[in-house]
Amino acid sequence: MDLKIKINGEDWTLDVAPADTLLDVLRERVGTKSPKIGCERGDCGSCTVLIDGRSVRSCLVLAVEADGHEITTVEGISYDGLSALQTLFLENNSFQCGFCTPGIVLSATELLEQNPNPTRHDVQEALAGNLCRCTGYEPIIDAVLAAGDGGSE
Amino acid sequence: MVIANEFDYRRPDTLGEAIQILSEASGSVRILAGGTDVVAWLRDDVIAPDLVVDIKDVPGLHDLTFEDGTLHIGSLVTFTELIESDVIAEHAPLLAEMAGTVASPGIRNRATMVGNICSAVPSCDAGPVLLAYNATVHLAGPSGERTVEMSDWFTGLRRTARTDDEVVTHLTIDPGRHGGVYVKLMRYAGEDLAQASVGIVVSADHDYRIAFGAVAPTPIRSSRIEELLRGKTLDEALIGEAVAMVSGEISPITDIRASAEYRTHMTEVMLKRGLVAATERLEGTGPAYGTRLV
Repeated sequence: MDLKIKINGEDWTLDVAPADTLLDVLRERVGTKSPKIGCERGDCGSCTVLIDGRSVRSCLVLAVEADGHEITTVEGISYDGLSALQTLFLENNSFQCGFCTPGIVLSATELLEQNPNPTRHDVQEALAGNLCRCTGYEPIIDAVLAAGDGGSE
Repeated sequence: MVIANEFDYRRPDTLGEAIQILSEASGSVRILAGGTDVVAWLRDDVIAPDLVVDIKDVPGLHDLTFEDGTLHIGSLVTFTELIESDVIAEHAPLLAEMAGTVASPGIRNRATMVGNICSAVPSCDAGPVLLAYNATVHLAGPSGERTVEMSDWFTGLRRTARTDDEVVTHLTIDPGRHGGVYVKLMRYAGEDLAQASVGIVVSADHDYRIAFGAVAPTPIRSSRIEELLRGKTLDEALIGEAVAMVSGEISPITDIRASAEYRTHMTEVMLKRGLVAATERLEGTGPAYGTRLV
């Protein structure tokens, strides 16, 4: 089936099968490797991408469903250099192995778009579906809080 | 792991076309809305349809309105839209309270409330709340439109009153002045399915509607407890009588998420706290909607 989508600002036309997930197409056909293959059942958040600005689990979206929509991955938000949030992830040591980081950066990017000055509780809620097995979450939450209006930025 | 099952995919532009595709399909068909259950089940081989019909382009199914005392919620309205809607905040904040407990934002941005009751798993969050609201399900099929009351909706484990050639178009709710509560027990704060849950709506004339989730093959209403409380003002003794009836009303199982005994005990605790919170909210006091009670 014909799939026309915008990925990180670029128009793509791809021939995909109905059973291809958006995650598989992004990684294997487009070569966008930041969305990770984790649990593949919507629990871990490592495959998170933005569709029209809102976070989704790309493992639970058929590629054909994204026809006509705009996809953003970490590659897209750092096109012109790291975002303020990404810089704060560096400053706060908010990752170790980094496997969960693209998903968390996108979930937090959506949160800050919807709610520019989140509380700690808001951040915890927004990231509840993104699992991290390294950091214990605190440095991640600190970075997102710092990126909010009340933060140091 | 890829989806092994091969299937055809159709995305109709109108409701009529959707119904035609469904009624003419020869093999097994699955309707796709948000996909958070359907795609997971495709991957796990829980379902293996010949055809997937994506209804996201059908116009009108996104509507979310309140007119003449009736709330109209289209079948494509997502949990995130419920949380962010001013209409819901004003007329049925209980729906937003429930939606806020569903999985995580990345799921809520896709998953629809109607899809939740169509998947009809025992722990579905929308089930107890829509039962307590006495919602009406509106369906369209080859022989026209019909409605099903929520009390008749769940017919068994993952089974509903919808027939294979029907599309749920929307739900209607007549909320009136009410207080409501959704109490959900999870293993940890954050993302989890309900180990047990309670949905309660109390009307201005103290008509109580009470439903339980994850403690029976389907979400269930408890007409016996409702009968006991009807028209009465709650006090400690009456709440105690209601709580004592819980174990006779539910049939929980023991599984990886909780034991039957724990589910029963916590359902009693949640009913007690829920009844208090719902009646306080009716009077405009009590914990703000969204406050966790367990």
